[in-house]
Amino acid sequence: MKDEVTREDRVANLKGMGCSRKRVEDARFTQGKGNYVDDIKLDGMLFGDFVRSPYAHARIKSIDTSAALEVPGVLAVLTADDLRPLGLHWMPTLAGDKQMVLADGKVLFQGQEVAFVVAEDRYAAADGIELVEVDYEELPVIVDPFESLKSDVVLREDLVAEDGSIPAGAHGPRKHHNHIFTWEAGDKDTTDEVIANAEVVAEESMYYHRTHPCPLETCGCVASMDKVNGKLTLWGTFQAPHAIRTVVSLISGIEEHNIRVISPDIGGGFGNKVGAYPGYVCSVVASIVTGKPVKWIEDRMDNLMTTAFARDYWMKGQISATKEGKITGLKCHVTADHGGFDACADPTKFPAGFMNICTGSYDIPTAHLEVDGVYTNKAPGGVSYRCSFRVTEAVYFIERMIEVLAIKLNMDAAELRRINFIRKEQFPYTAALGWEYDSGDYHTAWDKALKAVDYDGLRAEQAQRVEDFKAGKTRKLMGIGLSFFTEIVGAGPVKNCDILGLGMFDSCEIRIHPTGSAIARLGTISQGQGHATTFAQILASEIGLPADSITIEEGDTDTAPYGLGTYGSRSTPVAGAATAMAGRKIRAKAQMIAAYLLEVHDNDVEFDVDRFVVKGAPEKFKTMKEIAFAAYNQAIPGIEPGLEAVSYYDPPNMTYPFGAYVCVMDIDVDTGVPEIRRFYALDDCGTRINPMIIEGQVHGGLTEALAVALGQEIAYDDMGNVKTGTLMDFFLPTAWEVPNYETDFTVTPSPHHPIGAKGVGESPHVGGVPCFSNAVQDAFRPFGNTHTNMPHDHWRIWRTANELGLHD
Amino acid sequence: MSNKMHIKLKVNGKDEEFLAEPRELLIYTLRERLNITGPHIGCETSHCGACTVTIDGKSVKACTMFVAQASGKDITTIEGLGGPDDLHPLQTAFKEHHGLQCGYCTPGMITRAAKLLEENPNPTEDEIRFGMAGNICRCTGYQNIIKSIQAAAAEMNASKEAAE
Ligand code: FES
Ligand code: FES
Repeated sequence: MKDEVTREDRVANLKGMGCSRKRVEDARFTQGKGNYVDDIKLDGMLFGDFVRSPYAHARIKSIDTSAALEVPGVLAVLTADDLRPLGLHWMPTLAGDKQMVLADGKVLFQGQEVAFVVAEDRYAAADGIELVEVDYEELPVIVDPFESLKSDVVLREDLVAEDGSIPAGAHGPRKHHNHIFTWEAGDKDTTDEVIANAEVVAEESMYYHRTHPCPLETCGCVASMDKVNGKLTLWGTFQAPHAIRTVVSLISGIEEHNIRVISPDIGGGFGNKVGAYPGYVCSVVASIVTGKPVKWIEDRMDNLMTTAFARDYWMKGQISATKEGKITGLKCHVTADHGGFDACADPTKFPAGFMNICTGSYDIPTAHLEVDGVYTNKAPGGVSYRCSFRVTEAVYFIERMIEVLAIKLNMDAAELRRINFIRKEQFPYTAALGWEYDSGDYHTAWDKALKAVDYDGLRAEQAQRVEDFKAGKTRKLMGIGLSFFTEIVGAGPVKNCDILGLGMFDSCEIRIHPTGSAIARLGTISQGQGHATTFAQILASEIGLPADSITIEEGDTDTAPYGLGTYGSRSTPVAGAATAMAGRKIRAKAQMIAAYLLEVHDNDVEFDVDRFVVKGAPEKFKTMKEIAFAAYNQAIPGIEPGLEAVSYYDPPNMTYPFGAYVCVMDIDVDTGVPEIRRFYALDDCGTRINPMIIEGQVHGGLTEALAVALGQEIAYDDMGNVKTGTLMDFFLPTAWEVPNYETDFTVTPSPHHPIGAKGVGESPHVGGVPCFSNAVQDAFRPFGNTHTNMPHDHWRIWRTANELGLHD
Repeated sequence: MSNKMHIKLKVNGKDEEFLAEPRELLIYTLRERLNITGPHIGCETSHCGACTVTIDGKSVKACTMFVAQASGKDITTIEGLGGPDDLHPLQTAFKEHHGLQCGYCTPGMITRAAKLLEENPNPTEDEIRFGMAGNICRCTGYQNIIKSIQAAAAEMNASKEAAE
């Protein structure tokens, strides 16, 4: 027996890109040894919690904290008056607006932070909260953005000039005192003309309801001001720890080098943990005031009611086509409900995020988009819930408009998509609303998907079902949901993407240890995506050291290089690229060392899996492990000792993952219960780093899509009361409601990304929501349905059936 | 304070004795008093299962039980199921089959699954889905959790057979 190590063995030993490496994170999580923010316990740590407004719109006449201060264990109660001298009673938002940290004279949404009670433990804090007396004077409440734009009621007096005029906002002129911005893309005149002269025009209005990312762990932090050495340490559930450090420095005046922000393990983010919240500011102030560490952890109700809603877009569309179904134009107007403060988490120049990706996967020659942002008496937020900025809204819009157009044309919706897809040879493709799509092969993916599910067979079965239903043989309808989506992720190029002026590059720093293992630190932060596993795989393939010998560290601003964090599927496209580039710098130096050791010219050696070999003489080589050691123990002329590299990667473009999804659903018209019989998801995320993790991301994203499409919402009554503030009313699917998914893929690498990867975490959510929704709508299409709004909970489905006369 | 109650518990095989206010919830006793931070808090309203522990042979959500109600009882948390040197088959299976992502639901999930398999060593997929419906996961979509539990069941049954 020959126990020679083959090249294949060497590749396998690396556990590099493309293999389903098991996750290194799992040992601690499965043994209950994760370290989440609420697990942190420091000496003398205090606990802070908020007095919150029961009203959605009210003036605050007075706040009496005296009784609360009498409670044993209560140390302090902060109000806006305490923060004012520090200039911290308001804070800037990511969207160029400002937001009250603690209610300054009035409240604008139910649950708004009014006072911060600091106590020795949670129970004492809760007792203190009970005893803070706030005298409110109720004001008229506006929960409807259309009404808001007509109302005399001024929600934000701070944004109206003394003479009553309306100064421009961060994104240009404002039309009304409750108006925030108008944002436009595309060519209005041409689009209007095309639509006016079109052979066929379909129109639809749709509401993408307000919902919430609701990670299982809520938001929280621990602030610890060390007065002796002037250092502030802030642990928290931050999806962007460096940005938080900069923001804290800017608003507090503490020099940035004296602030250390640490994101420990994070129990899911999905966009909820991108923003800066009053709890962070109050904890920092409370720690400065008391000289002790202060912890703040939201409860679930606080979380759903106050931090980071998503969506809430009222979208009105027109789509025009030839009689044969070739799309000629698209128009979209959005009324965007931003709540009481504009705290949307979007790159600065994009107040409606990347909503202008709403031409979708189709070759639409002319288009126009206009978005109006509006203040109402609802919580601020507007985060990207498991999607790149406003991309779920855009994809939902176009995937519904396609269906509506198919109905108008009396055409099959799969065929309508096929004849309008951007063709493979058109890439790179510049869309009518401005984006340059880097790559795609939509027809191949679509054909593969339709074949996999036997699309024609499904349609035949559905037609039979309609007959049976009409004949009284069944009470169940069958819906076939289709969606084809193009995501835009990996924000983004510094030339047009920044947050608070910080360019959206990302970074990686690598240190190779003498014995051939390594540590790499990144500017991103995992919240379940498995970065410690996958980034090590990228590096393993790039530098030829086993992934098992590479530690990945993120989330400590004292050690990690500056980065903009993890959201919008940007980690792989941006930090993944930085990782590969830093790896290549290591390799370049290793090549020189190898050449020196092998006594040949630099160009006479080449990289092979885990070593440099002399070209044409593979028996002469130096492994990366040997090279690493040499870097530390040999004096090599002209080469500095050590083996380290850092890369800051500014992506030249976004990446454009895409996918084709099909959902088959049976709907009981009498109970309104949808049963998902089949869900097929084909994703193309370019180069695949870890298929196991990709599949897990797809399962998870689809399940969050199912939730949003079929029941999850943040609903308000006319008084501005949140009606879905607990998990009793806010739908999170359990194992019982979720189907098994079939996953599939094609691979179209990104041409501009160093390893061709595009990002995947959010695709299934973006593509999943319209797919589930289309399935419901499709079931009712034979009975005259064109569109009903989500969420399609049992009651709403039943109501649709009822309105269509199916219960008669 | 005079209204404190005298509590005696066994947690993961260790006896604990202390005075606690009647309103102290078991989850805070575990996490804050005893520094057992495996069980997590996701809702405090009995909906999510992140706080699941086993008390006298039953799965219990520790967020909605007063520690006073648990007095005299035997409690097992994820920390008591297995550690680095004696992993529970479920702990291995969850890693092997990618049954977790952020890990926040995982201690509760595994603790519940262990109980489920004790009650029903050969569950069908539907029985698993139903038996786990009190535990919410926001990350995985459950498919790999089900797979992990099935794999652990097979493994546990095989080693039981081998022992017999
Ligand atoms: S925290 Fe106990 S069930 Fe959610
Ligand atoms: S792994 Fe994140 S909630 Fe289950």
